[in-house]
Amino acid sequence: MIESYLRQSALDHLGLAARAGDAPAGAAVIMAEKTLPAAVNLRGNKENPAFAAAVLEALGLQLPLEPNSVAAGDGLALLWLGPDEWLALAHNAPPEAEAQLAAKLRAALGDLHAAVTEVGESLACIHLAGPRARDVIAKGCPLDLHPRAFGGVGHCAQSHLAKTGVLLHQVGPENNGAPAFDLYTRRSFSDYLWRWLEDAGREYGLVVVAP
Amino acid sequence: MTGRMRLPQGGLVKRDETLSFTFNGKSYKGLAGDSLAAALLANGVHLVGRSFKYHRPRGIVSAGAEEPNALLQVGDDPRTEPNLKATQVELVAGLKAAAQNAWPSVDFDVGAVNSLAARFLPSGFYYKTFMWPASAWKTYEHFIRRAAGLGRSPSRRDPDRYDKTFAHCDVLVVGAGPAGLAAALAAGRAGARVVLVEQDHLLGGALLSQPGAAIDGKPALDWVAAAEAELAALPEVRVLKRTVCHAAFDHNFFGLVESVTDHLPQPPEQLPRKRLWKLRAKQAVFCCGAIERPMVFADNDRPGVMTASAVRSYINRYAVRPGRRAVVFTNNDSGYGAALDMEAAGIEVAAVVDTRPVPAGPLSERAEALGLRILSDSAVIAVEGKKRVRRVRVAELDAEGKNWVGAPQVIDCDLVANSGGWNPTVHLFCQANGRLRWDDVHGCFVPDKAMQWGQHVAGAANGAFGLGACLREGAAAGAGAAADCGFAEASSAAPQAENHDFLPGRWLWLIPGEQPLGRKAKHFVDQQNDVTAADLRLALREGYSSIEHVKRYTTTGMATDQGKMGNVNAIGIVAEALDRHLPDVGVTTFRPPYTPVTFGIFAGRDVDDLLDPVRRTPMHAWHERNGALFEDVGQWRRAWYYPREGEDMHAAVNREVKATRDSLGILDATTLGKIDIQGPDAATFLDRVYTNGWLKLGVGRCRYGLMLKEDGMVMDDGVTTRLGEQHYLMTTTSGNAAAVLAHLEDYLQTEWPDLRVYLTSVTEQFATMTLSGPNARSLLAEMTDADLSPGALPHMAFTPGKVAGVPARIFRISFTGELSYEINVPASFGMAVWQALMTAGERYGITPYGTEAMHVLRAEKGFIIVGQETDGSVTPLDLDMSWIVSKTKDFIGKRSLTRADMAKPDRKQLVGLLTSDPQVVLPEGAQLVEKVLPQPPMPMLGHVTSSYWSPNCGRSIALALVKGGLARKGETLYAPLADGRVIPCVVAESPVFFDPEGERLK
Repeated sequence: MIESYLRQSALDHLGLAARAGDAPAGAAVIMAEKTLPAAVNLRGNKENPAFAAAVLEALGLQLPLEPNSVAAGDGLALLWLGPDEWLALAHNAPPEAEAQLAAKLRAALGDLHAAVTEVGESLACIHLAGPRARDVIAKGCPLDLHPRAFGGVGHCAQSHLAKTGVLLHQVGPENNGAPAFDLYTRRSFSDYLWRWLEDAGREYGLVVVAP
Repeated sequence: MTGRMRLPQGGLVKRDETLSFTFNGKSYKGLAGDSLAAALLANGVHLVGRSFKYHRPRGIVSAGAEEPNALLQVGDDPRTEPNLKATQVELVAGLKAAAQNAWPSVDFDVGAVNSLAARFLPSGFYYKTFMWPASAWKTYEHFIRRAAGLGRSPSRRDPDRYDKTFAHCDVLVVGAGPAGLAAALAAGRAGARVVLVEQDHLLGGALLSQPGAAIDGKPALDWVAAAEAELAALPEVRVLKRTVCHAAFDHNFFGLVESVTDHLPQPPEQLPRKRLWKLRAKQAVFCCGAIERPMVFADNDRPGVMTASAVRSYINRYAVRPGRRAVVFTNNDSGYGAALDMEAAGIEVAAVVDTRPVPAGPLSERAEALGLRILSDSAVIAVEGKKRVRRVRVAELDAEGKNWVGAPQVIDCDLVANSGGWNPTVHLFCQANGRLRWDDVHGCFVPDKAMQWGQHVAGAANGAFGLGACLREGAAAGAGAAADCGFAEASSAAPQAENHDFLPGRWLWLIPGEQPLGRKAKHFVDQQNDVTAADLRLALREGYSSIEHVKRYTTTGMATDQGKMGNVNAIGIVAEALDRHLPDVGVTTFRPPYTPVTFGIFAGRDVDDLLDPVRRTPMHAWHERNGALFEDVGQWRRAWYYPREGEDMHAAVNREVKATRDSLGILDATTLGKIDIQGPDAATFLDRVYTNGWLKLGVGRCRYGLMLKEDGMVMDDGVTTRLGEQHYLMTTTSGNAAAVLAHLEDYLQTEWPDLRVYLTSVTEQFATMTLSGPNARSLLAEMTDADLSPGALPHMAFTPGKVAGVPARIFRISFTGELSYEINVPASFGMAVWQALMTAGERYGITPYGTEAMHVLRAEKGFIIVGQETDGSVTPLDLDMSWIVSKTKDFIGKRSLTRADMAKPDRKQLVGLLTSDPQVVLPEGAQLVEKVLPQPPMPMLGHVTSSYWSPNCGRSIALALVKGGLARKGETLYAPLADGRVIPCVVAESPVFFDPEGERLK
């Protein structure tokens, strides 16, 4: 058992917990830090049926083959990052989860030529949602986030946001119709990205909320 | 009443909303909806500035973006902006404006003496006079710039905030006149994502100044209002008002500047002042309208001379009388529109002077029917009045229109409304490389062929000047653009309207004056740059015949308005003088921006602490709390040293270095690049990218490697560890991590796709801390379950284990020459483990050391730093590291190392350097010579790459790259410094200054 209270997010120094409130009704943009995702980077040959079968066995998810698509299951998402690269993601998991996820994949993959690498500790996740969420992201990201172009919920893309690399995963709308994104960046850049997004969202009255 | 020239009724201004403003310190009142120019005219102010070169009094000429004269300084320093066109500035309460090119005032301007010296200030004067000697240009420029005036930049930093955004759409429509609205409606109704851009704060374009116009049998502005409401209701349509599309780049990429708060008296704090839109469109429809061309006649720059369309705007849109008694001077039917509007507004029309022998066209006929005084086949040949038109002289023209005949008649007036025809606004179309053709009938250049896919032009911008044609073309272009994006054409019919343009016209490029050209009166072509018809003729006489050369020699069209009014006149005058057909002379290049843009939009929010990311390690907050000073390493911010109270850098670094060798130091090494390498061919891969052999490294063992570029020069170094059978962890230098990964991926994907290897960056997965010093093992042993005994974990070995209860990777490797452990823990535990080590290490006097102490410690051992001892021109042989270069296998860069040049004995080689006086520390970068000459130049042998005070050696130490250095051991060299000192130093036998036997690693 690892003591999870010892863990510290990359945005710990910003004291976000003290600032975060409930999302006010009608907020144009809300932003929250989703702390400490568990993530495993997966490389392998999609042409090999045994590879997809092993992934299905380990994660219970079909390997997404459509570029920038996401296979989502119970508490787990598998994001297409490239023709031979995927990212398995879980939130609100205990500290052991990442190693366990990797071990499960390694066991299923056996001798296949594949690479399973734990990378969740290297990521920070910022959740951005609301009717103006796209406008905030568009200030620094050249991707077209319109549903017709981006594909809406269940799609992801790697790009840059301001001067950081970023992985965007659209996770909403669910009920209220406003788009919601999880933005993943390398943890050392997260302080910059958080402050940049707060500044960019100011004109819409961005509100910091609890995750 | 807001100004004595305000009409009692009419206009689109809000009469119940009076706004106060000042011009040149004097208070005036205007109405909401006024432009600054309209508000000035309403108060009878025509004189708004002095001209660029001759300081001639100048007035408001136009009502739009083409304005060359009414350039004002608006706002108080530092919130001030020069060169704003009064015709485009929306009046806002409390606005402060001032004339720019006048001192002490526009009424009495000292610079006007230039007018008297005009004979000595011809075109090219600056070029000819100030070119030599070249070294003096800086002196000349200072005075020329100051004399030229044209506004002041803010003296302090801009207090406003600016925004930038990317945007995308199917169809971009530029201009919201009748054509643009019809295009946006057609595309929007079809379901396309539309962005409609309008520089004005009202939609409607020319319709705003033509109250009589009708569309579908109703007042045109009713149709505009309905269109605006419909567009607002379409979910995929975005209407951007107060936004200028200033640039058309390749592949339908556009630059737009939105003015967000300038029209608000008290801008909300959270809003940016302006926003740059970087818009990518699939299709673009340019509906930019047309700009009326002035006539080129004698002293046509006198305040009170305006375009006819401007007069119509001021009367109809702003309810302002630009004068009391007017002369209309036209060569086409549209000038009569101004005459009719003035008549209706109660402005006396003294005469309509028409160059055409027979005035014709619907407006001409109405004027004739009204009984206006029309002087056909005539021209204004002189204008009297310096600060305001007082009277004109009118004479009949000869058949060619080149000379006047008969006796001139004098007509008193304070306003001359002139129309020389219309030029389609083709700027964006041409920025995108679109080709023009000459339309002989309309006397203007019109779009011929778009050179970018998906670009269309509609309405007046396309040479379709009638309202009916504008609507038809706009609707067709909008629907077509949407269809090209895959949206079925909506079946709505184009709105209907009357369709007459300004024909017939008689295109005269230069109206004769009373005296020969260039004598006494001036025929201005470019009012902003003070270029006259005589200047153009001079340029031709001097041998410039290409229009691009004429432009540069005379500077016509090179002012901030880029010749929106004058360029075609200039081409016409040049063509006539060269006796060539006008299109054969051609047009000059159109370049962004369409109208000037403020620098702030390019900075956006990339300022201050958002200028560039600062990368923080998981322990960054600890370093801050413990007083560390930081240094930038790439984008990383690393702890540099930790001064205690009373310590300077020297003292702090000495303490840290000493403590590490005496007992125990700890370093945050998180920034080291880390690349996870997996696959059956991983060892082969490493063997090819490093200079040394990697096939025999055992599991759990570490090895130092040197990586070269193809040219044989050192690219990077670091320790790579074999974690498992097919699993390695490579470390790179902090600043090089991304470049190394890209280099390796490049080789894997393009050169060796057969190698079964996967690379994944794990730099940030781990917090890395280095324990170094004789007590490193003692402390770590207390904190871990791993076996640290030298047998189990010798130097250059790895073991997994737990440190402070956290899963960790422990590497026994050393960059200090001391017993060292590099510990990797999951990043989120970095702070906890660091603090645990600090607490438990107290009894060993554990001392955090920064990058500076790290540099000293490694220099004492003669270890290189890539980027400090190397600069992209240093081979491993130059570093005396041939021991790491395999002779038996191939690797990247090997071929280059065999070049004869690489073996030359006089290459710069890395050596240790000891100053003769051990107390003196050489400055890094100091040049080294064999013999000191009385003064430079003297042959240089090389330079100092690293130099420190070494507390452990009790003296200064240095590393240097020296020509043939390895053969110079024991020689004395000299470092002559800029301050005059000459420091003698000796090339050391070895660059390893401390513990040469490596006893301390054991």
